Amino acid sequence: MQTIDMATTSLRELNETLQAQSQATNQTQWQIDNPKGSHAMAVGLDAPIEVTIKGSTGYYCGGMNKQAVITIDGSAGPGVAENMMSGKVVIEGDASQYAGATGHGGLLVIKGNASSRCGISMKGIDIVVHGNIGHMSAFMAQSGNLVVLGDAGDALGDSLYEARLFVRGNVKSLGADCIEKEMRSEHLEILGALLEQADADARPEEFKRYGSARQLYNFNIDNASAY
Amino acid sequence: MSDDPSARTTPRKSATFSDDVNSDIRRAAQTGIYDIRGGGAKRRVPHFDDLLFLGASISRYPLEGYREKCDTRVTLGTRFAKKPIELDIPITIAGMSFGALSGPAKEALGRGASDAGTSTTTGDGGMTEEERGHSKKLVYQYLPSRYGMNPDDLRRADAIEIVVGQGAKPGGGGMLLGQKISDRVAEMRNLPKGIDQRSACRHPDWTGPDDLEIKILELREITNWEKPIYIKIGGARPYFDTTLAIKAGADVVVLDGMQGGTAATQDVFIEHVGQPTLACIRPAVQALQDLGMHREVQLVISGGIRSGADVAKALALGADAVAIGTAALIALGDNDPRWEAEYNALGTTAGAYDDWHEGLDPAGITTQDPELMARFDPIAGGRRLRNYLNVMTLEAQTIARACGKNHLHNLEPEDLCALTVEASAMSGVPLSGTNWVPGRQGY
Ligand SMILES: Cc1cc2nc3c(=O)[nH]c(=O)nc-3n(C[C@H](O)[C@H](O)[C@H](O)COP(=O)(O)O)c2cc1C
Repeated sequence: MQTIDMATTSLRELNETLQAQSQATNQTQWQIDNPKGSHAMAVGLDAPIEVTIKGSTGYYCGGMNKQAVITIDGSAGPGVAENMMSGKVVIEGDASQYAGATGHGGLLVIKGNASSRCGISMKGIDIVVHGNIGHMSAFMAQSGNLVVLGDAGDALGDSLYEARLFVRGNVKSLGADCIEKEMRSEHLEILGALLEQADADARPEEFKRYGSARQLYNFNIDNASAY
Repeated sequence: MSDDPSARTTPRKSATFSDDVNSDIRRAAQTGIYDIRGGGAKRRVPHFDDLLFLGASISRYPLEGYREKCDTRVTLGTRFAKKPIELDIPITIAGMSFGALSGPAKEALGRGASDAGTSTTTGDGGMTEEERGHSKKLVYQYLPSRYGMNPDDLRRADAIEIVVGQGAKPGGGGMLLGQKISDRVAEMRNLPKGIDQRSACRHPDWTGPDDLEIKILELREITNWEKPIYIKIGGARPYFDTTLAIKAGADVVVLDGMQGGTAATQDVFIEHVGQPTLACIRPAVQALQDLGMHREVQLVISGGIRSGADVAKALALGADAVAIGTAALIALGDNDPRWEAEYNALGTTAGAYDDWHEGLDPAGITTQDPELMARFDPIAGGRRLRNYLNVMTLEAQTIARACGKNHLHNLEPEDLCALTVEASAMSGVPLSGTNWVPGRQGY
């Protein structure tokens, strides 16, 4: 295990060290102490390493991640795992706004709650939130899966494209063009696998599925009031 | 009624209800939807044509046209980036989306720009191999949509341009209608084929200048602080936006005035939102000067740049470089009269064709249709663009030498006068024949 203490290390050194890890690195376990809410920690990683951050992080932790498994032993600031490509980011606490924004792949697990705009514009990432999510989550979400064990705030899935949304609790309101959809066996399968990967104690049958009504896919003047 | 013609007035059309206006009204009444089109503002606004250079005189002596050097080089990104971009000429190719443009058109932009020693810019929809492969210097746009955004392309780029706004539509997002979403475009954007694709108007993971500063930090950390970071803004509040962009940590500010082209937006947006390019430059330069950052943070101006004279004027007003979009497309062959019959068949004429979003471009540039695309030769197109860039550079040098400057950057507002009161007020140079600048005292 390699340890980096942010009390004595600059952000540049931290990221440079982690980004320098190659595909075949022997140093696969990293612990970051004293993060103290720093921004842009462990961004742009691209190696099969495990990074555990002992404390809370500022903006964009794990941004554009590839391959790495990053665990935040605390809460995460805005835009955690933004534009993630692959790998996994796990937050033991809560996540602020735009968690997993525009993510293209990988798995984001939030053990606590997520704030507004969780999964905004997601493009293939899977997100599992053990708690609740805030308003406007999955806005313009294109693809991937958003799983919420708790409740969802207002305007869930507004202007949604092809992403799948699974919510166990209540949905305060659905956004434009987002509707409840039939849960078929293939969905139960996807959901079951995600719950397992995210260590979530829930059964797929307890969830409802939401998706795009696809009414806004091609502009139609009769829908103008929906925008 | 009398048959005597002199007893009647000639038919007179209204200036307010002109033929154009009336056809807009009829079109709206017929279709129930606003007009979407490409291009920039078509109305006349005060522009570079309303400025003139004074030339040399007894107090300023000129440089010899074919003997004395007039340098044109510019370096962008000197503030923070480890690897600033060095260009031979201060004319860059503006970001134009793959999707709006075909792959071969992107290739031609790369070829022409590289030959002329300048950069190209990606656009909404991500980076294509055509463009990366043929551009020696490529600026990668970081847009609200984040289509195709990934860390590998970020690192393959020579600079990163965070797009906050565009002159054609400050406050508007992008639009690519279903007709142009081919398999390849759909895949790059991670969307189903054939649906209308609207790019967001705001970034998904930051709002305001304080967030932007942290976003820039993240991008620098991902790219090892190597790449210059540009911030592109539309001509809305140039003084404040430039100030905030500098404070957020930009290496370069790209400022696009209202005449700037777009691939597709509502006509009402293009014509009625944003300020003319001419009106944007001095406030932006003022912001740079007030922060002690003029020339330290470079200013790139775009929106209606057509000739070496425009380049020289933008530089004289304080810009470090310019960017061209529409003019580059015309150089490639867009709106060329050789396709007149086909423009007519589309209900338009060469020079007026702006329905780029429909993907039917006879010139094969703003389309994803394989047959139309095949009409366009990227090698010949690249050559035309190179020639055009070279001519603009020669023109700008001609003017600079006449003003006694051995570098284009030595042009200054004192080399200019304005032809109209409006242009004088906007550009801050005196009205021709006077020492008067409206709105300022003691210039
Ligand atoms: C076909 C086309 C596509 C464009 N696509 C983008 C884009 O993807 N991103 C962007 O920031 N600006 C885009 N623009 C705007 C240009 O980057 C630039 O601001 C503008 O063209 C400059 O004005 P000019 O056309 O008068 O030279 C586009 C312009 C055109 C003509």
